[in-house]
Amino acid sequence: MQEPVTVDRETANRELLDFVFAWPKWFFATTGLLGAVITLGLIIFLLLMIFGLQLFGYAHPVYWGFPVVNFVFWIGVSHAGIMVSAILRLAQAEWRRPVTRAAEVLTIFSLMTAMTFPIIHSGRPWRTLYWEFPYDWMRGIWPNPRSPLVWDPAAIFTYLTSTVMFVYIALLPDLALARDRVKNPIGKAVYGVLSLGFRGTTRQWRIQAIAGILLSALILPIFVSVHSIVSWDFAVTIIPGWHNTVFAPYFVIGAVHSGVSAVVTVMIIMRYAFGLKNFITKDHIDSLARLLIIVATVWLFFFMLDFMFGLYGTEPAEVDTWQRRLMEPPWTAIAIIFIITGYIIPVGAWLFRRVRRNFFLMFVTTILVNIGMWLERYMIVIPGLERKSNLTFQYGDYLPSAAEFGIIAAQLALVIAGFLVFSKLLPIMPAADIKEGQILRDEIKVGRARVPATMREA
Amino acid sequence: MASATDTAELPVVAAAATLPTDDPHPETDGHRWGMVIDADKCTGCQACVVACQSENNLALNEENRVIERRAKTWIRIERYWEGEWPNAKARFLPVLCQHCGNAPCETVCPVWATYHNPDGLNVQVYNRCIGTRFCANACPYSVRYFNFWEPEWPSPMDRQLNPDVTVRTKGIVEKCTFCIHRINRTKRQADRDGRPVADGEVEPACVQACPTTALVFGDLNDSDSKVSELSHSKRAFTLLEPLGTAPAITYLKKVDPSHVDEHEEHGH
Repeated sequence: MQEPVTVDRETANRELLDFVFAWPKWFFATTGLLGAVITLGLIIFLLLMIFGLQLFGYAHPVYWGFPVVNFVFWIGVSHAGIMVSAILRLAQAEWRRPVTRAAEVLTIFSLMTAMTFPIIHSGRPWRTLYWEFPYDWMRGIWPNPRSPLVWDPAAIFTYLTSTVMFVYIALLPDLALARDRVKNPIGKAVYGVLSLGFRGTTRQWRIQAIAGILLSALILPIFVSVHSIVSWDFAVTIIPGWHNTVFAPYFVIGAVHSGVSAVVTVMIIMRYAFGLKNFITKDHIDSLARLLIIVATVWLFFFMLDFMFGLYGTEPAEVDTWQRRLMEPPWTAIAIIFIITGYIIPVGAWLFRRVRRNFFLMFVTTILVNIGMWLERYMIVIPGLERKSNLTFQYGDYLPSAAEFGIIAAQLALVIAGFLVFSKLLPIMPAADIKEGQILRDEIKVGRARVPATMREA
Repeated sequence: MASATDTAELPVVAAAATLPTDDPHPETDGHRWGMVIDADKCTGCQACVVACQSENNLALNEENRVIERRAKTWIRIERYWEGEWPNAKARFLPVLCQHCGNAPCETVCPVWATYHNPDGLNVQVYNRCIGTRFCANACPYSVRYFNFWEPEWPSPMDRQLNPDVTVRTKGIVEKCTFCIHRINRTKRQADRDGRPVADGEVEPACVQACPTTALVFGDLNDSDSKVSELSHSKRAFTLLEPLGTAPAITYLKKVDPSHVDEHEEHGH
């Protein structure tokens, strides 16, 4: 079913590290463009610090908008890393090998980007740092542990720390490889320090492998915790449409849906941009698409549960919110686009083998998924705030401002630029892991039989 | 919710041992400041709004700020239409911070900028607030307001600021305090005189300004006070009672069965 990657070791080393040592022209053009968009975002942030949140579209009674929607979205995208690295690794899915590092690096940069949102959208960002990060031990002023905004940083920092550790441990052999091959003396020194003296002795490989497996297992609770806690930002309140008990698993599976889709998008871009045609094959995309069909369908099931629980609760404000989400313009249009792009088109298309093995179609469908998932978060956050209760006098609509669109563009650019710079400086393809996969697949002749060259220990 | 059918059933609730306004976390010998608002007496004159605005150093609400829904009024008069034209009646509902016993805003603040003080007040610590606006979202009554601008007053209005009340900076959330500076002044005076605070001695600016005495303020823990007496009225109800927020404000309204119809709920 899956054609094994047949590249000799020398070609593999060269092709997988090629982009780290080469300086293609498009790299400068792209980073320049991304840098311009990020600069625009920084200017908007500066203006926010001076003029305050009047630049955003908030108005009574809707006090959260695009930034919170995007916070949830980027944390969702970050869920790909843990899905691919931990769950697929423990499930011994062989096809995960070229995907792992890209997924984890995407996780790191989307998490870091998501973490900028609470700072951007708070009224006094300098105070946010002052009160949230170094707890005020001296004066005994503590954060409020009942608030999900205190749980958030805990969950996100745990995730970020463990993902960085995960990436770094897997990176060690590749850093050593880069150290041995780089010509530039500065590069040699930097890779030399980063590779921590990894020389490929048996003991080092053993420790590296055990650390990787241990981290895959230890990281599993985070799979559940991060997006559950993000969902509790909403679910612990009494805003209609925010507080169904199904929110935590609903958010988690939605995050996997958008995250794995984002990984597919990134893999396809990498295949063409970095010349990895030998390593990212139709099989990988096919396997991810089949995984996505299951994930998307479970996610749709949870969406239906959210809807049904809302109606069965017969709380008037909750029912009104669902009515508004699905039946009233402009929300009807958003709901229709969301369900078509988030589920119907992609999953319908993925059912066909020809689509799953077509890079262009997979690129389009996975982008569609993330458009749909972004709209889903928008549909969750905003309508409940616009119609909080039966006190009709305080109804108000939310209209995002130009500054909010600018910030969002800058955040997207930040994730892409982070990913691009990482892949320029460090090996984005797990060379050691891919080669390990090849060795596991090699066969030798023993007498008349052909047996695997190596036995798997765990 | 405060629909007509709910209010019609309220005498039964009021006769029960516990009231919706009862503090779920009672202090042993503290006050529980509360208010009774007689919606039948309210004429919608907005005197309370003006009084609050000048007492609490709230900036002027210019026209475009009202249009973009960023105007701040710690107390606001909500107007609802009852009945169909030409038999329509305007009903007024003054809504201010309900100082809930189970406040949804208090649990969500990450920096404890809002908390329940021993007097049963829901207080906002402006210096701590970092402006997440989570409380403003969580408040089902939408009575918390975010400061989008530094407050400014045209001259000479900047000379009449109340020295007892902080001028709040931009980027934080603020709301009705039940005129806590007046409460504290009265308590200090009573302490100096060695006597308890008398009923009716504390009056927030809105209560003082109300020409029809639709607003009554007092201590709900004092069973002889006027607010305690009025909050046991057969006309009593609280806003959004099913949410279980245990507000400190009771509303009074006579429900005329002939007027109970759909329009009251949705008229606007």
